Amino acid sequence: MGWFKKSPWLLHYNATSCNGCDIEIIACLTPLYDLERFGIINTGNPKHADILAVTGSVNEKSKQILKNLYDQMPNPKVVVAVGLCAISGCVFQDCYNVLGGADKVLPVDVYVPGCSARPESIIDGVLQACEILEEKYAQQKKAKQSSPKSQTNQRQGFNHE
Amino acid sequence: MNSISEIIQSWSIIERMLAFFLLAPIAGGVLAGIDRKLSARLQGRYGPPVRQPFFDVLKLFQKERILVNKFQNFPIVLFFLFTVFSGALFFSGASILLAIFSLALAGTFFILGGFSVSSPYSHLGAERELIQMMSYEPMVILVAVGMYQVTGSFTVADIVQHQASLILYLPGVFAGFVYILTIKFRKSPFDLSMSHHAHQELVRGITTEFSGPALGLIEITHWYENVLLLGMVYLFFAFNPWLAIVASLGTYLFEIIIDMNYARFKWQLTFWSSWLFTAVAGVSNIIVLCFLK
Amino acid sequence: MNVLIFLIVFPLVISVLALALPRGLLIKRIIGVIANVVLCAVPIYLLVTYLDKGPAYFHLESHLINNSMLVVEILIAAYIIYISIRAKRYLPVLLVFLQSVIMLSFEFTSGRGMQIEHSLFVDKFSIIMALIVGCIGSAICLYAIGYIPEYHEHYKEVKARPRYFFFLMYLFLSAMFGIVFSNNLMWIYFFWEITTLCSFLLIGYKNDQASQESAFRALIMNLLGGVVFAVGLVYLYHSSQVMELNKLIQLDKGYVLIPAVCIAFAGLVKSAQFPFSSWLTGAMVAPTPVSALLHSSTMVKAGVYIILRVAPVLENTVAAKMLMLIGGVSFLITAFIAISQSNAKKVLAYSTISNLGLIVACAGINTYSAVWAAILLIIFHAVAKSLLFLCVGIIEYKLGSRDIEDMDYLIMRMPKLTAIMMTGMAGMFLAPFGMIIGKLATLKAFVDSNPGMAIILAYGSGATVFFWIKWMGKIISIKHGVFKVMEDRVSRWEWITLGILAISTVAACIGFPLIAFRLVDPFILEVFGKTVIVDPFSVYMILLMMVGLLILLPLGLFFFGFVNKGYKRVGTYLGGANIDDVTFEGAMESSQTIELKNYYLEKFFGENVLFNAGVFISLILLVIMFGVAII
Ligand code: SF4
Repeated sequence: MGWFKKSPWLLHYNATSCNGCDIEIIACLTPLYDLERFGIINTGNPKHADILAVTGSVNEKSKQILKNLYDQMPNPKVVVAVGLCAISGCVFQDCYNVLGGADKVLPVDVYVPGCSARPESIIDGVLQACEILEEKYAQQKKAKQSSPKSQTNQRQGFNHE
Repeated sequence: MNSISEIIQSWSIIERMLAFFLLAPIAGGVLAGIDRKLSARLQGRYGPPVRQPFFDVLKLFQKERILVNKFQNFPIVLFFLFTVFSGALFFSGASILLAIFSLALAGTFFILGGFSVSSPYSHLGAERELIQMMSYEPMVILVAVGMYQVTGSFTVADIVQHQASLILYLPGVFAGFVYILTIKFRKSPFDLSMSHHAHQELVRGITTEFSGPALGLIEITHWYENVLLLGMVYLFFAFNPWLAIVASLGTYLFEIIIDMNYARFKWQLTFWSSWLFTAVAGVSNIIVLCFLK
Repeated sequence: MNVLIFLIVFPLVISVLALALPRGLLIKRIIGVIANVVLCAVPIYLLVTYLDKGPAYFHLESHLINNSMLVVEILIAAYIIYISIRAKRYLPVLLVFLQSVIMLSFEFTSGRGMQIEHSLFVDKFSIIMALIVGCIGSAICLYAIGYIPEYHEHYKEVKARPRYFFFLMYLFLSAMFGIVFSNNLMWIYFFWEITTLCSFLLIGYKNDQASQESAFRALIMNLLGGVVFAVGLVYLYHSSQVMELNKLIQLDKGYVLIPAVCIAFAGLVKSAQFPFSSWLTGAMVAPTPVSALLHSSTMVKAGVYIILRVAPVLENTVAAKMLMLIGGVSFLITAFIAISQSNAKKVLAYSTISNLGLIVACAGINTYSAVWAAILLIIFHAVAKSLLFLCVGIIEYKLGSRDIEDMDYLIMRMPKLTAIMMTGMAGMFLAPFGMIIGKLATLKAFVDSNPGMAIILAYGSGATVFFWIKWMGKIISIKHGVFKVMEDRVSRWEWITLGILAISTVAACIGFPLIAFRLVDPFILEVFGKTVIVDPFSVYMILLMMVGLLILLPLGLFFFGFVNKGYKRVGTYLGGANIDDVTFEGAMESSQTIELKNYYLEKFFGENVLFNAGVFISLILLVIMFGVAII
C-alpha cells in the first residue's frame, strides 16, 4: 500500500489568478483550518511535491512554466485546479492572452469550484486528490511489475512550442 | 535505571553500535513527530499525528526517483553512512573528537551534494550550510576540550563514567552548545540552509534538488544526527542518568520553543553571533577552568 | 656517513650536469629520471638502515670544506650585491654586507681555531625530513620536466632558461639535505643561505616587474633572517665556545637563550610566519613547481625544522610562549584571510602559512605530544600541499586562469585531475586523512599544556573547513550535458607525479600507525624520554574510515555511473522558468544564464585589515621575545 494519503505534499502555482484563490489556499494553513493536521505541507518545490494546486487561468506566459513544474514533479502526482479560473478561465476566458483552464495544459484530476474557492472545499479537493494519488501509485506499481523496463531514464525536455 | 546502564555497559562495542543503528531512527523520528505536534499546538493548531515523520519518509521512498545528474545522490548516501558511523562511534564510547570530525566529514558530503547539482537554490543552501558549519564548528570542538579538561579524557566511555557533574564545571560551554544546537537541529532563527517549515524555495535550500528516496534519506540522517547531539547533551549530566535524559529532552523542548519564537536571522547575524557567543560563554568557561586546575 | 654526503653532493652534481649539458638532449631526460629515482631511493635506504638505531653523529675533517664554503659564501654575497645594485635596490646590499662582515670577521678572528667534533648527524627527524625532500622533491622535478616547456609556451615573453631552472632546483635539494643532516651550525647557516638564494632566483624566474618585486621582498626578509642567524651563531660561540646543534641543546639555558631565539627568528622568517608572511604570498608568482617544492613542502619546512630543533632550549621561557603565540596568530589569521581569497595559489599559500603556524605553535609548547603532532603535521602537509600546488599549476594553463571562480564544472572538463585534487584537499582537512590526525594530536597537546591555544585551534579549524569545502564544491559541481574533456594534453611527467603524490596522500594516512610508531615515536622517546600513547581503538576507527572510503568511493561511482538506471532526469529547479538546465526565461522574454559564485565574506575576513593586524600583533610578540631573551 502507499503512504500518499498520509503525507501529501503540495505545490501551489499561481497561473494568473486574481489572488483571491491564493489567499484562500494560504488560509488553509492558518490555525483555523490547519492543513498540516492531514500531513499536508506546502512545499514550494515541484521536486518535493505530490499535488500541484493551480489557481487562476492559464495564459501564454504561464503555460510553459506550468508544464515545467509538472514535469519536474516525481510520479505519482496529481493536479488540482482551484477556483473557477483554473477550471475554465472564468471571467477572463475571453481575454486576448488567456488559454482557459489548467486542463488546457495539464491533465487535471480534481476540480475545486468557487470564486474564490472556499478553504473547506479546497481541503476537500486535496483529500480527494490523495485518493487519486493512491490509485495512481497502485497503477504505476502494476505497470512496473508487468513491464519492469518501462521506466527508463528518458529525459523530459523543455520544448517551447 | 542503574540496572539499565549496567546492561548497556555490559554490551560489547558492536552491540552498542547495532543498538544505535536500530534505535536511533525510531527515537529521532518520534522526537521529530513530537516537535511538529508541539509546534502546531504552540501556534494554536491541531497539528499532524506524532507518527507523521515516519509517514513522510515512507512516502518519499515510494516516489519516483528524479535526478538532475546521475551522481547527485552519492554524496547523500555517504552523508547517511558517515553520520550513522559517527553516531555509532559516539555511542560505542569512542573518542568524542573522532565522532565530531567524522560528523564533520558527513556534513561535508551533504554540502558537496548541494554543490554538485549546480542549481542556484541548492548552491545558495550549500553556501549557507557552510557558513553554519563554520559558525558551530568552534563550539563543538570546545565542548570536547571542556569535557577533557574536567574528566581528563576524550573518550565518551570515560566521560560518562565521570563521577562529578560536568554541568557544574561547564555551564558556559553548555550554554554555548545549546546555542549552536539550534543551528544543528535546523531550528529558527538559524535555519538558513534548509528549514522544516514555511517551505519556500530559498528556505528549502540545499535539499531543493533532492527528492523522493534521497530526501527521505536526508530526513533519516537528520534523525540520527539529532540523537547523537542529544547524546552529547546527555554527557553534561551523565552523573545521574535520569536527570541526564530529562535534561536532553528538556534541551530539545527548549529548542522547539526558541524555534517558535524567533524569526529567521540573516547569515551575517548567525555567523558573528554564534562566534561571539562561543567566545563569551565557551571560551571564558574554558579559561576559568584552566585557572581552577 | 657516506650516504649523507652522497645525498648532499649527488643533487649538486646533477645540478651542475643540468647546467652543463645542452638543451633538448634525450640523455638529459634519462639522467633526470635516474637522478630522481636515486634521490627517492637513498633516503628510503637511509630509513631502512637507521630504523632501529638511535641518532648517529659523524666527524668530518672540515678544514677544507669550511674554507671552500667560505669562498662560496663570499661569491654568493658578491652575486647578490651585483644583482641588487643592477636592480637599484640597496637594502639587500646592506644586509648582505652586514652578514658578510659578521661572518668574515668571525671566521678570521675567533672562528679560526674552532674545533668541530661532529659535523654531520642523522636521527629519525632528519630521516623524515630527508624522505620528504627526497621523495617529494624528486617527484616535483619530474613534474617540472613536463611543466617547464608548457610554461614557456604560455609565457612567450619569458626567456626560456630550463637549464638554469633545473640547476637551481637540484642545487636547492642539495642545500635542503645539507640543512637536515648538518650538526655543525656554520654548515646549517651556509645551506640556509643557499636556499635563500635559490628561492630568490626562482621567484624571479619570470623576470618581470611583479616577480622581481616579490623576489626582492623574499630576499630582503630572508637575508634579515640570515643576519640574525649569523649574530646568534657568533654570540653563541663567544659565550660558550659551541658550534654544534646537539651541544647547543645540552647547554645551560641561561647562556644560549639569545642564540636560540636568533635561530628561531630565522626559522620564523623562512617559514613565513607573521610578520614575514608577505614574502610567501608574493612568491606565488614563481612557476608552480617552485611553489610546490620551495614554498609549501620543503624550504618553508626547513624553518619549522630548525625551530623544532632549538625548541628544547627555549623550554619554559617567555620566548617559547611568544613563539607559540606567533604560531597561533599566524595560524588563525591566515586561515581567516584564506576565506576571502579567490586566487587559487594565494589560498594555498595562506593555508600553508596557517599550517606552518600550527607547527610553530607546537614547537613553542614543546611537550612530547606537541612535537609528536608537529612532525605528523609536517609529513602530511608536505604531501598533500605539494599535490595541490601541482594540480593548480596544470589547471592554470588549461583554463587560462588561477581564479577559483573560473573552475566551475571542473570535474566535467578534467575528471581525473579533479579526483586527484579532491584527494589533496581532503588530505588537508577531512576526517580520516592525514592533516586531521595531526590536528587531533595537536588539539590534545594544546589542551594538555595550554587550553588557550585550543581555542585558537577551534576557531581556525572552522575557517579552514569553510575555504576548503567551498573550493571543493566549486570544482565538483556538475552541469548536465557534454563537455569537452581538456586534460588529454597534460604531459606524462605531470601525470606520474600527480599519481605518486595522490597515492602517497592516501598511503600516508593508511600507513599512519607505521609512521607514527616506527618513526616519530622513537624520535620523541630519544628527546623526551616518553611518548604519546594513542588509543588503539581510535586508530582502528580511523583506518576503518579510510578503508571504507577507499572501497565506497569507487564502488559508489561505478554504481551511480553505470549500474543505476531506474531514474528520470529532469532539469534543475529554476522557479519553473527553465529554458534548459542553466538558462531561464527572464523578463521581456530574455534568456538569462545562471552563474554560481562562492561567498568570500570580505566584510568579515578582508585581507588588508587582518593582515595588518597579524603583522602588528606578531611584531609586538617578537619584540617581547627578543626583549626577554636579551634581558
Ligand atoms: S476563481 Fe475567482 S477568486 Fe479565484 S482566481 Fe479566479 S477570479 Fe480570482
